[in-house]
Formats: sequence, C-alpha cells, structure tokens
Amino acid sequence: MEFRYLPMTDEDKKAMLEKIGIRSTEQLFSDIPEQVRLKKDLNLKFPTSEPQLMSELTALSKKNVNVKTHTSFLGAGVYDHYIPSIVDHIISRSEFYTAYTPYQPEISQGELQAIFEFQTMICELTGMDVANSSMYDGATALAEATNLSAAQTKRNKILVSKAVHPESRAVIKSYSSGQRVEVVEIDHKDGVTDLDALKKEIDEHTASVVLQYPNFFGQIEPLKEVEELLKEHEKTMLIVSSNPLALGYLTPPGEFGADIVVGDTQVFGIPSQYGGPHCGYFATTKKLMRKVPGRLVGQTVDEDGIRGFVLTLQAREQHIRRDKATSNICSNQALNALASSVAMSSLGKQGIKKMAWLNMQKAYYMKKRLNDHQIPVTFNGALFNEIVVDVKHSVSKVNDQLLGLGFIGGYDLEKFDSQFKGKMLIAITEIRTKAEIDAFVKEVGDIRG
Amino acid sequence: MANQDFPLIFEHSKAGRTSYSLPEIDVPEIDLNNELASAYIRETEPDLPEVSELEIVRHYTGLSRRNYGVDSGFYPLGSCTMKYNPKMNEDVARLEGFSQIHPYQDTKTVQGALEVMYDLQTSLAEITGMAEVSLQPAAGAQGEWTGLMMIRALHEANGDRNRTKVIIPDSAHGTNPASASVAGFEAITVKSNERGLVDLEDLKRVVGNDTAALMLTNPNTLGLFEEQIVEMAQIVHDAGGKLYYDGANLNAIMGYARPGDMGFDVVHLNLHKTFTGPHGGGGPGSGPVGVSSELAKFLPKPVLAKREDEFVFDFDRPDSIGRVKPYYGNFGINLRAYTYIRTMGAEGLKKVSAYAVLNANYMMRCLQEEYDLPYPQHCKHEFVLSGKRQKKIGVRTLDIAKRLLDFGYHPPTIYFPLNVDEALMIEPTETESKETLDGFIETMIQISREAKESPELVQEAPHTTIVKRMDETRAARKPILRYIKE
Repeated sequence: MEFRYLPMTDEDKKAMLEKIGIRSTEQLFSDIPEQVRLKKDLNLKFPTSEPQLMSELTALSKKNVNVKTHTSFLGAGVYDHYIPSIVDHIISRSEFYTAYTPYQPEISQGELQAIFEFQTMICELTGMDVANSSMYDGATALAEATNLSAAQTKRNKILVSKAVHPESRAVIKSYSSGQRVEVVEIDHKDGVTDLDALKKEIDEHTASVVLQYPNFFGQIEPLKEVEELLKEHEKTMLIVSSNPLALGYLTPPGEFGADIVVGDTQVFGIPSQYGGPHCGYFATTKKLMRKVPGRLVGQTVDEDGIRGFVLTLQAREQHIRRDKATSNICSNQALNALASSVAMSSLGKQGIKKMAWLNMQKAYYMKKRLNDHQIPVTFNGALFNEIVVDVKHSVSKVNDQLLGLGFIGGYDLEKFDSQFKGKMLIAITEIRTKAEIDAFVKEVGDIRG
Repeated sequence: MANQDFPLIFEHSKAGRTSYSLPEIDVPEIDLNNELASAYIRETEPDLPEVSELEIVRHYTGLSRRNYGVDSGFYPLGSCTMKYNPKMNEDVARLEGFSQIHPYQDTKTVQGALEVMYDLQTSLAEITGMAEVSLQPAAGAQGEWTGLMMIRALHEANGDRNRTKVIIPDSAHGTNPASASVAGFEAITVKSNERGLVDLEDLKRVVGNDTAALMLTNPNTLGLFEEQIVEMAQIVHDAGGKLYYDGANLNAIMGYARPGDMGFDVVHLNLHKTFTGPHGGGGPGSGPVGVSSELAKFLPKPVLAKREDEFVFDFDRPDSIGRVKPYYGNFGINLRAYTYIRTMGAEGLKKVSAYAVLNANYMMRCLQEEYDLPYPQHCKHEFVLSGKRQKKIGVRTLDIAKRLLDFGYHPPTIYFPLNVDEALMIEPTETESKETLDGFIETMIQISREAKESPELVQEAPHTTIVKRMDETRAARKPILRYIKE
C-alpha cells in the first residue's frame, strides 16, 4: 500500500539504517519490553484512497440536516450569522494554519500581530483594559474566570445566576470542584437574575458574582443595579459572560464595573460545526493583568528599534511556573481568533453596530408577530436576539413537525429545567428574513392549534 | 520584505470606509430606545477598524507572509509533532453537512456526524488499548485535567480521600503539574536517572498511600522509552495509585505498543499532534481521553453511545465528573483526525511511527559528533541535544536557534526539557524526506563550525529575518497589550 504522506523510500531506509548502524527499524523498538509489545495488527478500517474516502465522508455529511439546508431558529449559545467570504480565505493561508504557537518572534510576527489586534478588538468591545489571545470557548473561559476570582480574593464561594447558560454552569461546577470552591446558584425571576436572591446570598465569602449579558433567555440583565449592589461588597468580583456581538449595541460590561468579561467569538466568522472549535475570549482589568490565564501578546521593539510583538508575561504560564501557573491552558484557539479578527475587521466600527441592531430589530419583529398570533412570549423584558416562546406542546414534538416543514426549531428549555415544559428558546439573527419569520410564526401557531 | 514596521489594521482605518455586506432591514423598523433603558444603549462605539475588503485581504496576506508554518518549511519543534497537515482533511471539515450543523439539533438529524465521532472514539480506543474514549476535551491540557478529575472521582468513590498527590517526572511538560494543581492535587517530582528515565528508587521513595496517580509521557520528553514501565506500573498500582498517560508522544509507538497494555488507567491524546489536526498558530486542538473499564463510569458526560442502529448521547451518568466543555468537543478537529486515521489505517499508522523513529535516530546519529548527546541510546520520535559544548565558547542554544532562522528553518524546541542543560529538542516527524533531514543536518553542522570560527555570526543572528531579536524585557516590564490610538 502506498501512503502519500510518507516520503520514505527503500533506498532512504537502507542509507539511514546504515548510518545508525542497525539492520532493521524494528531494532529501534527493542527498548519496549516484550510483554507490552503489541503482537497483532491494530484493528482499524483499511487505508482508504482519497477519492473513495472523500465520497464516503461526503455521503455521511449529507446525512446531516444543517442550518443551510433548513431555516434555523436554533441558538442557545451557537448562532447562524453572516460570515464574510474573506474569513475562510484568510484562515486558509497555510502560513497561519500550519504554524504553531509563535515561540520564535522573528518568523512569527504575522501571528503575533494578528493576536495583538484580536486583543485590541476584544478590549474595545468589552470596555476592558486587557484581553488574552483566546480560550477554548466561552464556557471554559468563564470557569477560568471563577477560578481566578477565588484565587485572587482568597474566598471560596461563587454565586452563579441560573440565567447563565446551563452548560457553562456545568463547566464552572467541574472546574470549581477541582479547586474545592463552592458554587451557589441564584434563581431568576421574570427572565433575569433575581437581585433580591442575589443580595441574600452575597457575604464575606463571596469571591464573585457571575452573570450572562444578554442572558441565556436572551434578556438583558440589569447590570447597572448589580453594579450598585456590589458597591457594598468591594472585594467581590463581577464576572460577566457576554455575546460579543450584542456589545456592538449594548453598553459594555466594562462600563458597569465588571472585573472579568468572557464569552465566545463564534458569532464572528466561525461556523457552528457541531459545537466546536469555537473561540473563547477573556478580558479583564489592568489590576488583574498578571493573573490572566493563557497567552498574551505584547508590543515591543527589536534591536533596530522596529516595532514588533512577542509572547509576554509568561511567568503566569504553565511552561514556566508549572504547578504554580494561573491556569493549565497551553494550546488555545488561535486560528479561530484569527477568523474572528477578520470578521470583526470586516464588520468594522459601523458594521458591528448595524449587525447588532439588525438582530434586535428582527427579534422584536418576531416578538410582535408572536403576539399578533396570540403565541405567548414568556418574558417581556428587554431582549437582544433570543425569545422564550410557549409552544404549548412538547418542544421536541413541535420541532419534529417544524423539521418536516423545512425549519430547525428552537432549543427545548425543559431539557435544563422542568419548569420550562413546552417552552422553546428561539434565536433570530440578521440573516433570517421577514418571510422566514412570518412563515415560522404561522407554522408554530398552526402546530399549537 | 525590508525591515520595517508593519501597520496595524487600525492604522489603515479611515472614517466612512466599510467592508461589510449586511442585508438591508426588511421588517418594520422600531425605535429601540422605547424597548431598552438608555443606560444599556452603548454610547461610545467600539473602535474597530474602518477599512475596505481589499485592505483587509492585503493586511492579512501581508501578516501571513510574516509567519512560518509547516507548509513554509521544516519545523522540527520537539514535542509538538509538526507533521504535514493534509489538505484533504481541510476539505472534509468544510463540507456543509459537517461545518453547518448545530450542537442542539435533534440527534436524529445528525447521525452522519455522530457516526464519525463514534467511529473515531472506537478507533482511538483501539490505538491506545483503552476501554472507552471521550472526545469532549478541547486540547491536551484539558484532557490531562479531565483525566485527573476522573482519577480523583475514583479515589473518592472508594472513600480514599487522602490521595492528594500526583507524581510527575522532572522531565515532564509544564501542563502536567499545572493540570494536577487545577484538579486540586499537589504535584510531586520524581527524578530521572543517568539514562534519562524515571529513577525507580526515587519513585519507590515518593510513592505512598497519598499517591493519587503517576503522570507519565512515554516515550518521555527526552524521546526515550521508559523501559521499566511494567515495574513502574506495578509500584504505583501496588500503592493504590493510578497511571496517567500523557499522549503527547504517541506518534512514536502506534502499532508497536499501547498505553492500555502497559498498565495505564487513563490516557489523553493530542489529535492536533499525532493525528494531523493543524496547529493553527496555537490551536484549536483536541484532547480526547481514554480510560480503562474501571474508570469508564467517571467519563465526562454526555457519552456518545450506539443503541441498535442509532447513535445517541447518554446523559444518565450518575458517576460522571460532569461536563468539561460545552457541546461535544472540537468536532472540526476530530473530523480531520478521523479522515487521517481512515487514510492511513493500521498499516499506515504503524509506518508513521516506524519512520518518525527512524528519521529521529538518523538525525541524532548524524549530529552527535558536533553536539553533545546526553543520552546515547536509541531514541524514539525525537531526541534532545545539549548545546553545552557551544556554550563554553560563548554561543548559546538560543543563538543556534536564531541562526537556524537565517537558513529558513523553524528551530527545534529549546531549553526544554529542563533536566538538560542548553537543550535542543528535535522532532523531525515521518512526513519529512531524507533530503530535508540532510539539509537540516548540514546546516546544524555548519552552525557548530561557525560557533567555533566566527561566533559573532551566530551570536548576532538572525541576520535575514524581517525583524531582529525582540526586546522581551521591555515587553514584560511595561506591557503594551493592545493598540491605543495616538
């Protein structure tokens, strides 16, 4: 069998073995003890040629319904947005995607500068001083933030709103249990965090308060009041998870005194691809700069005084500080951060606001249409691009019917809380048309009966 | 390109210029001020660049030219397995039926994707000799932490709450002790012996009834196979501890040996290393974990299962450590790894390891006269030289690395592992031809000669790159981490 990725010829092998002074490659494995040496062939599918494998995988891919074959109103953390064509062209430049971490700045200025620009864009959007080069995703970025808050405040209780994405809360719990930090969940009321409940729980052990803005239900959390509340608890940190697109229109968390702002830049140039890879961002204050997890790029000059960029403040990181590092993160999501940078550059100062505005306009139009059809909308507060709808019946059954009509319906909220039986979370982005919204509302109305 | 400042995207910005193409509003416009309190409406716009599409394309194309990837040239960065990233994998990952599916779609509508994932986890279990595999962790470090959390859950389930220590060799990657810390353990170091392997006597000394696990990379970061793995497994297991396999170096042993057969209880893999996921300038990666049947019930949830002819997610896992990542892992990277495994099969993967090891040994023998070789036995997929001899004449490993840039190479990993003075860690991978290896060997020999004959040539390197050595002290002392308009 020929293998196109393996350039070794018999002649090469012979010359190399001779240089090493052995007769066969097998001798190089003689240090593996006999009793643990594999004495059979691995039981894997046979090697497959490129054309055969391509057609097999293409056929498998076609078994999947997708957000381009169907009209999708599914969001809940992953969204179908406009992705400029240039994004994929640029991230397909192999100088970017076949490189690794820019350890050698002289030949990695491209990646370093791209990250520096990403950091700047995230700071601009969030209203924070410092942003890192990326995290795995929004949820792990949030969990890193809560761990940081516990370490920084030397406190061991985290208050997490139940209006934070359920999978993010699950990840926070996993990370906190490693650090033996207690997670207390704060109920929501009318679709936003119940501030009275929050008030009751905050005490001198509270390391941080965690909110999502806009929250999991698409509602806009009253950050201004939270800021007021936290004035009485100076040491307690405010951690906000934000859809960065929303910040094109909404006041950034930085202006409400947030200590750490995190989220996922999937909304900028990254396809849903079944949930990953996406791209977490992590932004904070100057005060916490030296506690940030992951890589940071800083500006400096070379020996001739020419501006350039390097990985910096590495004393925080695992390869230097080992068990005392601020996090264990090593590989991050650099290529996706690049995709998001290209998308953010493409939207620019005007476009980002317009795109956020369009999402809100369309979401409010959806809300109006739902009202017109007497389909109850569960929460009536200010929203961004998601709405909780009462579809009356089992959401999964409604979705089955919608699928037959060419729609991917919303998220079944009952999955995370039984009180939300028959409640569907729908997302309306800028690429959904009036006609699609009208048709969806009509079908949901008909299904409800 | 001449040595010059390369403008930031923000410095191209000009008010009024745009590059977006958003749909016009097609619904009746409302005044959002009536819906949203003014405190929540952004007053100052985020200062993103205002540039045209061509300017963006030129900007990033320019940046790409100031970067270096495997497609640009030889990249023997030890421990990172910088092998060729097949183009076909990129095409597969971009098929609409894979790239445009939403993680919350009904599983009935994504059976094609689930089949790939299931087949991949089954293949990885076979390659590693483990009972079950989860694709959820996002990268190697997250896989490490996930694995350790499972080990912790197992001990706790056994009522064994005193196992607070994780033993890690001094040659280990920094993520190992960091992951142990994040998982709430104390990291304990075990020394290497004069052959570069774990010192069994020291292991016996540090192991005890407080041992949660031993974390081991095998072959280790020196590229050496831990020959006494069976004895080590015995020592740790006898003490009630578990064995954790860091899969960073799996490229050396596929088809020759399996962690599961060596006695490891938990394994993580770096699909972006051994299984050709592109490194992406730092990521995204993918870090699946494999476990023995004893630990299977602790796997992160949900677990992908096959029920009759349907693939489903099993959330009913009462002993699970919980979620480590939203959704189901880095599917896009997993797809690339799957495509690679299907391309190679068992025969191809065994050849991958054979040639990775042959290439490394060949280079090692060609370089051992000019550079110190602290551990002279056969290596696996990588080897570590010491620049000690050159250091004596004033040329440091850093200088050698920088001089390599002048010849168009990405340097090896330097100053790691920490137990070798002036380390140069070289991993050629199997996808490089003998001609490429010979070219690099020749250059390394030439640099060694230069170090003796005209050391300043090496000490002042690089001479041909677009920028010279960077002032890293200045970057750290007065950090500038974002652009601020003047």
